Amino acid sequence: MEWYLPVIWAALIGIAVIMYVILDGFDLGIGILFPYARNETERDQMMRTVGPFWDGNETWLILGGGGLLAAFPKAYAVIMPAFYLPVIVMLLALVFRGVAFEFRTVSRSKTWLSVAFTIGSTLAAFAQGVILGALIQGVAVRDGAYSGGSFDWVTPFAVLCGLSLIAGYALLGATWLTIKTEGPVAERARGHAKTLLLLVLVCMAAVSLWTPLTEPRIAERWFSLPNFYFLWPVPVITALTAYLAWRWIETGREVPPFLATIALFLLGFLGLVISNFPYLVPPSLTVWETAAAPASQIFMLLGTLFLLPIILGYIGFIYWLFRGKVREGETYH
Amino acid sequence: MDLDPVLLARLQFAFTIIFHIIFPSFTIGLSAYIATLGAIWLRSGNDRYHQLMRFWTKIFAVSFAMGVVSGIVLSYQLGTNWSRYSVAVGNVVGPLIGYEVLSAFFLEATFLGVLLFGFNRVPPWLYVLSAAIVAIGTAISAFWILSANSWMQTPAGHELRGGIAYPADWLAIIFNPSFPYRFAHMLNAAYLTTAFVVLAVGARYLIAGRHIEEGRIMLRMAIGLAAILAPLQLFLGDQHGLNTLHYQPIKVAAMEAHWDGSKPGDFHIFAWPDEKAGENRFAISIPHGASLILTHHLNGLFPGLTSVPASDRPPVTLVFFSFRIMLAVGLFMIAAALLGAFLWWRSTLFDTRWYLRIMAQCWWIGFVAVIAGWIVTESGRQPWIVQGLLRTANATSPVPAASIAGTLVLFVIAYCVVFSFGIYYINRLIAQGPVGPTVQEIGQFSANPISAAHEAGRTAVGQA
Repeated sequence: MEWYLPVIWAALIGIAVIMYVILDGFDLGIGILFPYARNETERDQMMRTVGPFWDGNETWLILGGGGLLAAFPKAYAVIMPAFYLPVIVMLLALVFRGVAFEFRTVSRSKTWLSVAFTIGSTLAAFAQGVILGALIQGVAVRDGAYSGGSFDWVTPFAVLCGLSLIAGYALLGATWLTIKTEGPVAERARGHAKTLLLLVLVCMAAVSLWTPLTEPRIAERWFSLPNFYFLWPVPVITALTAYLAWRWIETGREVPPFLATIALFLLGFLGLVISNFPYLVPPSLTVWETAAAPASQIFMLLGTLFLLPIILGYIGFIYWLFRGKVREGETYH
Repeated sequence: MDLDPVLLARLQFAFTIIFHIIFPSFTIGLSAYIATLGAIWLRSGNDRYHQLMRFWTKIFAVSFAMGVVSGIVLSYQLGTNWSRYSVAVGNVVGPLIGYEVLSAFFLEATFLGVLLFGFNRVPPWLYVLSAAIVAIGTAISAFWILSANSWMQTPAGHELRGGIAYPADWLAIIFNPSFPYRFAHMLNAAYLTTAFVVLAVGARYLIAGRHIEEGRIMLRMAIGLAAILAPLQLFLGDQHGLNTLHYQPIKVAAMEAHWDGSKPGDFHIFAWPDEKAGENRFAISIPHGASLILTHHLNGLFPGLTSVPASDRPPVTLVFFSFRIMLAVGLFMIAAALLGAFLWWRSTLFDTRWYLRIMAQCWWIGFVAVIAGWIVTESGRQPWIVQGLLRTANATSPVPAASIAGTLVLFVIAYCVVFSFGIYYINRLIAQGPVGPTVQEIGQFSANPISAAHEAGRTAVGQA
């Protein structure tokens, strides 16, 4: 139990992170693509596609943070001070992104709120990527507490990860818009999706090459034998998925490109897990070292096993309820 | 300049949490009000209630968004600013917050989507049910976060080993000694706060001679509720105070600026507590008043501030004045609600212009009481972050003062901008009033939700 409880919890936190990245990813992607819309009516249409969902989507971020505190308090207590500035920038960016949804509905002049929405979405995506990149590069820890400086996270690699995540979320947003809109917005989204797919592939390649070159522990994980025999399919499947995504965008399919983009994100996450497990705070703290007391993890696990299926059930219900395309000029609430 | 990181971390957290609490204290009550309007609409078929429901839902949406985004900040700030707190009590407090997310946040956020966008996609009963689920979700959320906060005030059900709290009995943790009182007091405060906002908006319409019938409905419902809840709040507050006296006597001593525990306590209507000298200046007091309230005896004794060293005392002046502000607002609310009920009984409520004029200006008083009350309970716990277990000074993160100060400035700027716009937009929605298409104009509901959604879907894809 002492061994597998933290592993189960690492998997659950991983699921929360994946759910957040995919679901809020397309919300944020729409914000990133906002400047390319022709006018505010088109932006209304874009925003309307996520109107009923964004709030629930963002809740996965609270589950990620709250879950990390509950299940791995010692990791939470190192990661948050280590990334103090990017975390707070991300939170403030999400403040502007979030209120822009509702303010824009009731405001007469929408332009400034569109700007706030774009900056908030882009900055939040960038900060999340930076945090991820800096976490992969490792966090200085002494006596269980963060021992680095305020700006340790500023590295070229972290910046690359930040930019990559902007591209990735924009791709999710573009393929989501292809499904949920029609007319000029959908057409433009399809064009964007092609460009962004190439950009995302370049980013994924750059990150995948950079990490083993600078982090010996990750190089060893991938290229030592027998690991390599099991791991070589990961990049191959990624390339295949990307190829299919391209084909599906080219042939005007609607849902498959979005699913392929999700698959790319999942593969990226898989790569991350392979590179870093069992470290929750690389390169020093493992899931076992940072785990909450077993009594806490069990108590939370019971609630999660009971409530998570219900949550997924009603989330599925509202995606079903608000299925179909959003036309230009369709009213908000 | 030498900045104290502990003070800065406290200031930052105080600022973000005070900003945040404004919105839940409104949305907890407002969601219940919206669900009530919906239920009346379903039963009576009176479209006016439906109009009111839609009107308040728009205001709810703006408030709720501000509550959500400022709430996410808090769930991360526990780590950014209070990492040693997270390590010391994360085992106990973490799961409570986790349960809040799982049992409340997803529920609220998801069904709010139905409430805001689902009107012509779901049958009326499901639309109103969604409003009720949002209201229940906000109350569940209050349940868990107040349980976590109460545990910090009156910790129970844990074992302390090596400076880290381990859970021993979850029921004792969740239902810790101060939790039932704090939960009842806060939930009632949220409903009262909303009642006074609704009362003010209704009064504003009657004065302006617009939306007369809607204004009357708002006035009747708000006064009816407040006439019960405002006196009830005095009782709940008294019980909460007695509980605090039992578990956190020094907090109560600070609330009353009671220094010498060997003498009965006076109730100070006004005083300037001199924390250095350990006495009050300029006191206007009711002799033995505090003893009567707290011990129910004229000569009853209760611990004074000097019974502990100065380093173990909370900031007396802040706690003392915050408590007086909360109390004054509470007494004003009782008077206003009972007077309103009296005027209603005399059938002169809608014509008593001076009463309506005053009440139209009083939309904000509940928020002041809530904030003052939270300052009492949080500052009154100092110097502890978890009473008796962990001092605030030992709970901070290893983050330099400059980072905290810089982000504090960012928070202040960002929140001021967001808050100003939020108030501006809410005020404009109120100025527009409950207008909009009626049920008939929007299109009849279908009895069958599937076909209703189907039609909506068809319309949406333009095949109609």
